[in-house]
Parts: sequence; structure tokens; C-alpha cells
Amino acid sequence: MSWIINTLTSTIGRKVIMALTGLFLILFLAVHLVGNLQLLYHDGGEAFNLYTQFMAHNPLIQIVSKGNFFFIFLHIFVSLTLYVRNKKARPIGYKVSAGNSNSTWSSRSMALLGTFILIFIGLHLYGFWFNLKFGEVAMVTIDGVSMHNAYALVAESYTIPGVVAFYIFSMIVLAFHLWHGFASAFQSLGLNHPKYNGIISGMGKLYAVIIPALFALIPIYMYLNNAG
Amino acid sequence: MNHKLNIWRQKNANDKGKFYTYEVSGVSPDQSFLEMIDELNDDLTRKGEDPVHFDHDCREGICGACSMVINGHAHGPKGLITTCQLHMRSFSDGEEITIEPWRAKPFPVIKDLVVDRTPMDRIIQAGGYVSVNTGGTPDANAIPIAKHLADTAMDAAQCIGCGACVATCKNASAMLFTAAKISQLAVLPQGNAERANRAEKMIAVMEEEGFGGCTNTGACEVECPKGISLEHIARAHREYMSAKFSSHNV
Ligand code: HEM
Ligand code: FES
Repeated sequence: MSWIINTLTSTIGRKVIMALTGLFLILFLAVHLVGNLQLLYHDGGEAFNLYTQFMAHNPLIQIVSKGNFFFIFLHIFVSLTLYVRNKKARPIGYKVSAGNSNSTWSSRSMALLGTFILIFIGLHLYGFWFNLKFGEVAMVTIDGVSMHNAYALVAESYTIPGVVAFYIFSMIVLAFHLWHGFASAFQSLGLNHPKYNGIISGMGKLYAVIIPALFALIPIYMYLNNAG
Repeated sequence: MNHKLNIWRQKNANDKGKFYTYEVSGVSPDQSFLEMIDELNDDLTRKGEDPVHFDHDCREGICGACSMVINGHAHGPKGLITTCQLHMRSFSDGEEITIEPWRAKPFPVIKDLVVDRTPMDRIIQAGGYVSVNTGGTPDANAIPIAKHLADTAMDAAQCIGCGACVATCKNASAMLFTAAKISQLAVLPQGNAERANRAEKMIAVMEEEGFGGCTNTGACEVECPKGISLEHIARAHREYMSAKFSSHNV
């Protein structure tokens, strides 16, 4: 057994964990986005509420959701251990730095970007997930089934300009994390091949821009809609 | 040409060290960077001061000794060359030049710009060679090797072990260096017999020596005087993980 521990705690093993959990989170984001897009229906929130109800009660989703929490935790925990090790390896820095001339800002700032995403996740979970699970949320009846009016909870918070601004800013941070992270995950898994490198980095950049942009568009749209 | 030089000076590993400023004048654009420091050192010696210590040997870009970070770049601002191949014409007249030693926990400063790079030797000693008996010299065409694999091995073998990758990496990671050797020997039939052991042992020693982990920033590849590609790091990841899951080292 010691070889497994040995493998998973080596820098390469940890990097592989970062990549696998990162790719899982990338998949999760896409699914999460499809759910959020239900907010755009002009149906008084019916589609979104049905979706929330489904997510909260489907047993399979419950398992995936637990897995998701675990993978986020693992991603953060392992990134922290790597960060500490990497900082220790360079106790004295340089006076002059090469800056962007040999690497991208996002690739050098993954920990900073990740920490910000963590803050966002914390507030996001508190605002929506925690309130729906443990707080007091108004009920609504759709097709004879009584359920939380999650739509109203979301729509109301998106009438506050500060909340919308924070959300947009967080999506920009996420975009930078993914700008490097998407392709980096493949490199970490050893998937570097001239036939596929172009498409991986291209897809990574597209994903990094489009997914956060669509996430951010939803609160902007709802804010303008409800204000106007 | 005239230059203001900020050079890191440190008496020994325990000294705190600091930057000293020197003015050099009448520098020829055709001088190499090391020759420019040689002249500065002649001046310092004439004045009875301690000359600036730096590593150098071949002065033709093959030994990897001439390690220094110049204006934030390992081996200076020009790509694909070592410091000894850098000429003063790569700088503009009057440009301020800051010269620092390789900065990494496993590379303590011995004096001024000279650092101890023996951790890299220990990584090679852990498995960066072929030790199985391959018999007498076989006929040149007896072992067919695909052209692209021969090229890959040659590209990786270009590594001169200078440590620019470690110096450049924000994590002081030695992955590019270690990966180049793992990769070079993994793609060749002669290296095949020991490939799993090699990957496991070399990476283990790399970690024991205290180098950081790779975060794929790619800075090493840009600063490497031999242009060693990140492709080798990906191969080393594959070699290491498959060795870990299938080798007989329980
Ligand atoms: C939905 C949220 C997130 C997604 C989709 C995501 C995705 C990724 C991906 C794909 C990578 C590349 C892995 C690799 O290079 O092998 C990565 C790396 C990284 N992530 Fe995240 N991440 C997320 C949240 C976070 C959070 C909350 C943190 C920390 C608090 C974080 C910290 C890091 C760090 C430090 C790295 C670089 C690790 C390294 O290169 O060694 N991430 N992330
Ligand atoms: S002195 Fe040998 S490479 Fe520069």
C-alpha cells in the first residue's frame, strides 16, 4: 500500500490529482451552467424551480453533489500543499523578474485566482445552497407540488448591484483560472501530442471565455430585466 | 558602451549578501558578456578588491557552467544561448544590467554568482544512465529506431544541465532537467530495460533535494538555452505514473 501513498503524495501524483479534480470541476461548471440558463425563461421561474427541485431530491444527484464537494476540497487541499512546497523551494527571490515575457500572468497566479474563487464559492454556497437547505425560503406550488421558490431567491439577490458586480468579477477571475488551467490539466496528465495540442489549447481558451461569460450574462440580464 | 551593473555579491553560503553597483565604460559591442565581467574583474584586481566570482568553463555553450540571471532572464535576454554566448551588442548603450545568481533552496550560493548545483548531479546519479550490459558495439543498423524517436532523444540529450529551468521556474522546479533525461532514455531501445526504475528513482531524488513542483507555466522552456520542450515533462509524467502503477518496486 505504501506505494500508493507514495505515488499520490509525490509532486507528480499531486499534480495528477489537481488535473483530475480540475477537469471534473470543468465538467461540473458546464452542467451547472445549463441549470442556470433555466433562469432566463420568462415563465415566472417555473423551469428553474422545477430544476432546483429535481437537483435537491434526485438520489443520483445527491451522490454526485457529495462527490463534487469532495473534489473541490481535494483540489483546494492539494493546491495548498503544492503551494507551500513551491514557495519553500525559492526562499530568496529575484530583484528583476522576467514577468510576462516567458509565461502568462494566469499561469503564475493560479493560487491567487483559486483563493478568490474559493471566497466566491463560500459566499455563493451561503447565499443560495445554504439558504435553500437550512434557511427560510418562500414556497411555491407547481403542478400541485409544493417547492422552494428558488427563482425568487435568485432574482431578488440580483436586484442588488453589488451582488451582480461581485458575480461578474468572480467570473472574470474564473476565466483567468481556466485560461491556464484547462490546457494545463492535459499536460499534467501527460497528454501532450502534436496532433492534439492545438485543439486542446483552443478548446481551453474558448471554454475559459464562453462559460464564465454565459454565467455572468444571467445576473446581468436578470438585473436589467427586473430594474427595467 | 557604458553600463551600470548591479551584481549580487555574497562571501559564502552563510553571508547575507547584497547588490554592489559597478560602472563599466568602453565596453565593446563585440565582447561577450563574460569578457565584460573579466574586464571588470581585472579592474577590481588592480584596485586590490575581490573580483566577482562566477562559474564558467567551455565558453562555447556546451558545458552549462556560466549560470547567472541577467535582467530577470536566465542566461540573459536572448533566447537559445548561454551567458558565454551572449554579446554586449544585445544591450543598449547605458542600459542598467542586474546580475543575480540562480535562486533555489537546493542551490545554495557558494560565492557571489557561483551556486552549488550538485543536487542535479545526484538526480542523474539516481538513474540517468544505461547500466545494463549492451555487449560490443552493434552494427549501426542492427537496432532500428524510428526517425522521430531518434530526434526526440537527440532534442532531450541537448540538455547541458545548466539549471536555467530551475532558476527560471517560479517554483524552482527541476522537472525540465529531470524530464529531459527520463525522456531521452525512455524512447530509445537501450534505455528501455531500466525505464520504470529510472523514472521512479530520478523523480524521488528530485523531490528529496527540495525542488518545487511543476505548475506548467512553461517559463523553463522559454529560458532554456537548448530549447528543451515541455513535451518531455509530459512524457516524464507518463513514465512516472505508469512506473508507479506497474513496476515491481512495491
Ligand atoms: C470551479 C472551480 C475551479 C475549477 C474549474 C478549477 C480548475 C482547475 C484546473 C483545470 C487546473 C489545472 C490543473 C493542472 O494544471 O493540472 C487548476 C489548477 C489549480 N487550481 Fe483550480 N479550479 C477551481 C477552483 C479552485 C480553487 C477554489 C482553488 C484554491 C483555493 C484552486 C486552486 C488551484 C491551483 C493553485 C492550481 C494550480 C495547481 C498547480 O499548477 O500545481 N482552484 N484548477
Ligand atoms: S561556459 Fe560552458 S556553456 Fe557557458
